[in-house]
Amino acid sequence: MTGHAFTFCGSDVVARPSGCLWIAPSRTLCVSDLHLGKSGRIARRSGYFLPPYETTDTLARLAQEIAATYPARVICLGDSFDDLRAAEELSEPATRQLAQMQAGREWIWIEGNHDAGPVAISGSHLWEYRTDNLMFRHIATADPQEVSGHYHPKYGIPGGGAARACFVYDDTRLIMPAFGTYTGGLSATDPAVRTLFGARPIAVLTGPRAIPVPVQDSPRQRRSGGRFY
Amino acid sequence: MTVLPDTFTDWFTRRGWSVHPHQADMLDRADAPALLLIAPTGGGKTLAGFLPSLAELADGTHQGLHTLYVSPLKALATDIKRNLRTPVDDIRLPIRIEDRTGDTSYTKKRRQRADPPHILLTTPESLALLTSYEDAPRMFAGLQRVIIDEIHALSESKRGDQLMLALSRLQAIAPDMRRVGLSATVEDPAAIAHLLARHPDPCPILHADPGPDPDIQMLTTAEAPPWSGGGAKYSIPAVLEQVKNHKTTLIFHNTRAQAELYFHNLWLANEDSLPIGIHHGSLDRAQREKVEAAMVRGDLRAIVCTGTLDLGIDWGDVDLVIQIGAPKNVKRLVQRIGRANHRYNAPSKALLVPANRFEVVECVAALEAAKAHDLDGDPRGAGPRDVLCQHILIAACAGPFNADDLFAQVTSVGAYSDLTRAAFDDCLDFCATGGYSLRAYDKWQRLLQRPDGDWQLRDPRSAQRIRMNIGTIQDTDTLKVRLKGNFKPLGEIEEGFAATLTAGDTFLIGGEIVRYEGLRELTVQVTRRADKPPKIATFMGKKFATSTQLSARVLDMFRQDSWPALPDHTADWLTLQTEVSKLPEADRILVESYEYRDRHYACFYGFAGRNAQQTLGLLLTQRMEQSGLAALGFVATDYATLIWGLEPVTDPATLLQGGALRDGLTQWLAGNAVMKRTFRASATIAGLIERNSPQARKSGRQATFSSDILYDTLQKYDPDHLIMQITHEEAMRGLVDFGRIEAMIERTKGRVDHVQLTRVSPLAAPMMLEMGRVPIAGEGRERLLADAAETLMHDSGLRDIGP
Repeated sequence: MTGHAFTFCGSDVVARPSGCLWIAPSRTLCVSDLHLGKSGRIARRSGYFLPPYETTDTLARLAQEIAATYPARVICLGDSFDDLRAAEELSEPATRQLAQMQAGREWIWIEGNHDAGPVAISGSHLWEYRTDNLMFRHIATADPQEVSGHYHPKYGIPGGGAARACFVYDDTRLIMPAFGTYTGGLSATDPAVRTLFGARPIAVLTGPRAIPVPVQDSPRQRRSGGRFY
Repeated sequence: MTVLPDTFTDWFTRRGWSVHPHQADMLDRADAPALLLIAPTGGGKTLAGFLPSLAELADGTHQGLHTLYVSPLKALATDIKRNLRTPVDDIRLPIRIEDRTGDTSYTKKRRQRADPPHILLTTPESLALLTSYEDAPRMFAGLQRVIIDEIHALSESKRGDQLMLALSRLQAIAPDMRRVGLSATVEDPAAIAHLLARHPDPCPILHADPGPDPDIQMLTTAEAPPWSGGGAKYSIPAVLEQVKNHKTTLIFHNTRAQAELYFHNLWLANEDSLPIGIHHGSLDRAQREKVEAAMVRGDLRAIVCTGTLDLGIDWGDVDLVIQIGAPKNVKRLVQRIGRANHRYNAPSKALLVPANRFEVVECVAALEAAKAHDLDGDPRGAGPRDVLCQHILIAACAGPFNADDLFAQVTSVGAYSDLTRAAFDDCLDFCATGGYSLRAYDKWQRLLQRPDGDWQLRDPRSAQRIRMNIGTIQDTDTLKVRLKGNFKPLGEIEEGFAATLTAGDTFLIGGEIVRYEGLRELTVQVTRRADKPPKIATFMGKKFATSTQLSARVLDMFRQDSWPALPDHTADWLTLQTEVSKLPEADRILVESYEYRDRHYACFYGFAGRNAQQTLGLLLTQRMEQSGLAALGFVATDYATLIWGLEPVTDPATLLQGGALRDGLTQWLAGNAVMKRTFRASATIAGLIERNSPQARKSGRQATFSSDILYDTLQKYDPDHLIMQITHEEAMRGLVDFGRIEAMIERTKGRVDHVQLTRVSPLAAPMMLEMGRVPIAGEGRERLLADAAETLMHDSGLRDIGP
């Protein structure tokens, strides 16, 4: 097991190296910020044609996670689609793959800022959802015992190469990394993320294995490659 | 043939000048569709280019644009405008001359399109932008001549390819347009002529009298150069002495970081407070202009500079050029030396300053090559397709185009004369649909084919975005540096370097030590409180590899029994090497192995240049990993790669087998950082991703993602995509430079001399001190990361955080 297991607000959870959160008591798999259909949205809006394979890649990785954990329930924590039109334009094979993943389990779509509104894809569409004494919503609020997404946190430590997508948590709140293939990140030390936490948050880096590390306030963050969209 | 009007001859006479023979030749052959002039700096080259234009415009009958002048530097355009004013004002010619660069005001640019001057001075990027407007045909309709200055510099980069593609469009608009190229001395003028002329037109080459041979020497210092490093700090007293003895000295460096450091040290030792300035590409434009103006006024005794001063700007009375560090390339050395003594027919004076002991050998080899007029250079190969993609998009901005016509224009460009229709169509398809094997964008095509067969932009508004991304120069992500509370920037540093700074850190910029205070809205805020020794700003500036020809000369020198041309300290060093081990030979690879402090070292002398030796290091360590040799790291220089690990290398010949290296390359390239960087550059040029988007920088960071992800995705799902093909081609000839490894394998044909030593050899010793060591990543990296994280968790007492 290469995940990071810990107790969060009374529930046993595992931060998986893939960036999914496993909530053991209710056999729930939580995943955030899939941004399906991002390349299509960019083409539509700007005329730039990014390689149109990110939906295939994101769904393939999600399918692997579902096969590995066999969850009773899946929570997609918002920004599952890059916009509502991206959901409408989801390709035939992708729609079929989603349906296969949904078969035999409860599936919850939390609305995000990118996909606020009803989507014609099966599953429950909710603004927020409570289970295992935890509140799941897209953007963090002041409430305790909350799991959210939205910020795409990333973090790295000196000598560990470029920053990686990460979970960030303390004893009251947890922010999920973005799971979508075409997603960037905001440093866990950025005030937008950092101020949501108390004195000593922990980052769990994703990658070949999940690596927990304390968030230090002025780390020497490194960026990889260029930035785009 | 153009006859010089009497007013001109009078003007020459009044000034006591006579027309140089090559200037007369240029007038005689002014009707040639293409003409290349090779002349040394200071040979009246620019006037030779312009005389026919001035003569043709003298009667005031020509309406609109007559001559377009393109130079690689904005500053050069400004400089030429000033220089041209003298004859035009003196002879009272009815000629309007204007420049147009990225710095020209919006209103002036608009006016220039509506009412162009007779002579327009510009850069390749500004010209490409001009051709993207719908009114380009009107603006360029009467164009008679194009003068490309410093074409030798442009011909080595994609900027030149873009320029020649733009000329192919101008030629279609103005069929009578004649092309003139002005070049410094180069090794292969015919290659430049091929690029310049409309294919397959002939392009006569005129040679100006090269003038007397330059007076080049190596600077002799009391102190011997150090064993390694590139700073050449030891030379400062001797260099200051030279500055005192000359009117104006240019002190050239190979990198910006070295120039900054040297400048800093020079001032620390400058007890007489000689006015010395610094000039390089990372300094703010206003700062650079101040230095340039002071230089022209003759206020400066010396200027520490990099390649930005390589080109032919007239900097006043330079009487000495000093090159710090081995020149890496004989041609560039000769061109730099030409900067000294701008008077025709007076020998230029130059001094070479080796930065370390090995560079002494390289400097002597370069000196001999320069004396023998043996210049170097590598053929550039076919025109790059990323530039072609951008050209197709630019054409679409100007209006609907016919693919057959555009293909005919493109293949009239020398560099693209061998382009197949299929390759062109691939580029067109890429521009229109993205060119993916998954046809996802047919609905959102960028270019649409109209019923009449012509292609046009689907959404005319996309023209603005395309225009914003014109150009082939890759700017790394840089941030402006400003003094706190001051609007004026000092210069720029790389974002990656800025990210390593914490408040209180100091670095050098523009010769000042500044203290990092913080980052505010994408500018680096600094103060002048310098209370720490400086960290050095790591400017991206290209690191040149020693040329093939120069490497061969060094190997030639090694064949001698004694070295009278070398200073004693260096000759003794080589002699000691022959006693302890042996010197590398051209047709064999020398490998030395030894143990030092529980590490096994192996030094591979391939003489393939820095980039190829770096690649060789990556490939060899990868092969060593496979055979359990537990390599830990390596360092590469222009002549060797030193590898260290836990196990001794016993059979280097097997490691060096060509086939295995080639197989390794294919595997290794796929996930390599060099490939990702190359991908980013080509993807930006081709228009797959954009460099300048009005919102990109301002939008939230979580909305942006790395182009590395795009590379990885294509590698996985569409590895044969056009941009992946281009990336591969570029990397092979650029940073990966596998071509030179191939040449090394071919040259040595498996002849490997393995010398096992009990301690480090004299030749390998400096390698032990080299900077830029590369650690080997792998499973070890993951373990290291986990261990470091565990320690941090433990130390912070956070490990047991819980409910």
